[in-house]
Amino acid sequence: MSEYQTKNLMKKINYKNFPDKNGYFAEFGGKFVSETLMHPLNELLKSYNKIAKSTNFRNELKKELSQFVGRPTPIYHASRISKELGNCNIFLKREDLNHTGAHKINNAMGQAMLAKSMGKKRIIAETGAGQHGVATATACARYDLKCVIYMGSKDIQRQKINVYRMKLLGAEVISVDSGSKTLKDALNEALRDWVTNVDDTHYIIGSVAGPHPYPMIVRDFQSVIGHECKKQMKTLFNKKPNILVACVGGGSNAIGMFHPFLNEDVDMIGVEAAGLGLNTGKHAAPLNKGKPGILHGNRTYIMEDDNGQIESTHSISAGLDYPGVGPEHSWLKNNNRVKYVSVTDKEALKAFHYLTEKEGIIPALETAHALAYAFKIAKKLNKKNILINLSGRGDKDIDTVALLNRIQV
Amino acid sequence: MNRIKSLFQKKRNDGKSVFITYLVCGDPDIKTTYNLMNIMVEAGVDIIELGMPFTDPIADGPTIQKGVERSLTKKTSLKDIFDVVKKFRKKNLHTPIVLMGYMNPIEKIGYEKFSLLSKNCGADGILIVDSPPEESKKINKILKNKDLCQIFLASPTTEQSRLKKIINSTSGYLYYVSIKGITGSKINNYKTIENRVNQIRIMSKNKIPITVGFGIKDKKTAKAISKFSDGIIIGSSVVELIEKNIHNKPIMFKNMKNYLKNIYKGMQNR
Repeated sequence: MSEYQTKNLMKKINYKNFPDKNGYFAEFGGKFVSETLMHPLNELLKSYNKIAKSTNFRNELKKELSQFVGRPTPIYHASRISKELGNCNIFLKREDLNHTGAHKINNAMGQAMLAKSMGKKRIIAETGAGQHGVATATACARYDLKCVIYMGSKDIQRQKINVYRMKLLGAEVISVDSGSKTLKDALNEALRDWVTNVDDTHYIIGSVAGPHPYPMIVRDFQSVIGHECKKQMKTLFNKKPNILVACVGGGSNAIGMFHPFLNEDVDMIGVEAAGLGLNTGKHAAPLNKGKPGILHGNRTYIMEDDNGQIESTHSISAGLDYPGVGPEHSWLKNNNRVKYVSVTDKEALKAFHYLTEKEGIIPALETAHALAYAFKIAKKLNKKNILINLSGRGDKDIDTVALLNRIQV
Repeated sequence: MNRIKSLFQKKRNDGKSVFITYLVCGDPDIKTTYNLMNIMVEAGVDIIELGMPFTDPIADGPTIQKGVERSLTKKTSLKDIFDVVKKFRKKNLHTPIVLMGYMNPIEKIGYEKFSLLSKNCGADGILIVDSPPEESKKINKILKNKDLCQIFLASPTTEQSRLKKIINSTSGYLYYVSIKGITGSKINNYKTIENRVNQIRIMSKNKIPITVGFGIKDKKTAKAISKFSDGIIIGSSVVELIEKNIHNKPIMFKNMKNYLKNIYKGMQNR
């Protein structure tokens, strides 16, 4: 067995049976929200359970994903870097080729259709890198829903292009100036909006975070990634992946790829953002450095100080710049089912350039974290099939990268 | 007997409504909080809800958020909060204190330790905004053992079935959130609030006092709401007054006293 062997063969857990009816993955998850949100969350769960069973809904979603989003996304065998890095086969699940350029649209479409079926007229969402905001604004344009996006003022600065895209799509982008002015504060503000406008508004959370049933709903809509991977690896390459690698901020692209494989003989690695380094305090790696606590409606690993106040985070990528993580990841960590590692800003940036130059694919900076770790292990392993979730494209990050390289675009 | 329970009993016998105020502990500093607590009592306040600051107050509007941020720049900790209550208790043994905040700092220190320290400093009740009865089973038992009331919220969106659960779980009083929204929002319609309060009263067989908070800013509203409730809670307006006079403490104290006295008067001839 390799040192990357993360599956726990001793424990026979059927991962498909979680969360339980109270929204828990063992001790993680739950519904830590103010009273006003309990009712809308219960309503959401009821509506979701109904549509999840409906053949009509599933067929409709499948059609939308195929004709509007462009699924299935291909798996690409990155033969040049596979050869250069050693003796492994590196495969890329091309979520960057989705409409709007990232995996976020899978969930946005599903939830927009769910909102429509619930009779909601208005959609709100939080966004960090802007990818979820763009995906939500796109789905809202498609379904004629009013759209309001909350975004930290710091993120607005570093993701200007996505802000403009959202506006073009008809969304109102509200700048959030409280707290650390990033994703976590945008989420706070979206929750406040939802409490105030519960009657006509659906909140599309963009990650597998938040109170139950969100971590489950978002995971289910993202699981299309893993289901496709299973089929494609077999039909296109006649291979089974040995190791899955994905980056983890809130963790939706990772859980989407991992979940269909959890009960199978596959190793999995989630890569967090180590920022300037795990020991500098300037990172966004709660699974590596945090402790279980409560944030944004669920119990999960978080970054906090000795008084239980949430700490501010740092990552080169806005999409990973979050002090919490989806509760299911916390559970998978404690079960030793998935191994969670981290990659620094520098390493991610290096991987960003490497993939761009060697394979002609510009990855998102978030995704570059998964790539950096996968490249590292590819050098050490022999004849393994490493499947990486190429969760998004890097066009949105061009300004950030240029700035870091001291280049004026 | 717990101070909260005996207070409501007495007020009910006198036919009076209970006056509750909220302030963020440590906003803008602990010393001011201590002074304001005493001023509140002098102005006629019956119960003080002392906010335990948390970085991510998802149920609070901009006014209280800013108060929380002011407190956190001074690094106000749970220890500071217990200390100020202890100091307050040296001179005041009758005014109930409710510690109000979010779950994470409480989880961090641990339920047992939090309950013990709350009891020891002289607090009487706990309100955890983001922990409904479903998530509070464990801490509720521990608080009960220490004779601390755990106060739960009900809101306009609460379903019948959950309302029963909340009535059964809450102790001391039930905090009815008057509107869908965050702290600092506006009340538009007294009648719907009154209907809802009456409905809860019937459901609870009048066994648990029902207080109303969110959106009460002035004498007129306070008066109208105290007519059909067992108590009113004022939070955002208090925090706003602190913010407005942050650089002049004597004026802050004077204005606070006048503001609260005026509201107290309105509640007396209900």
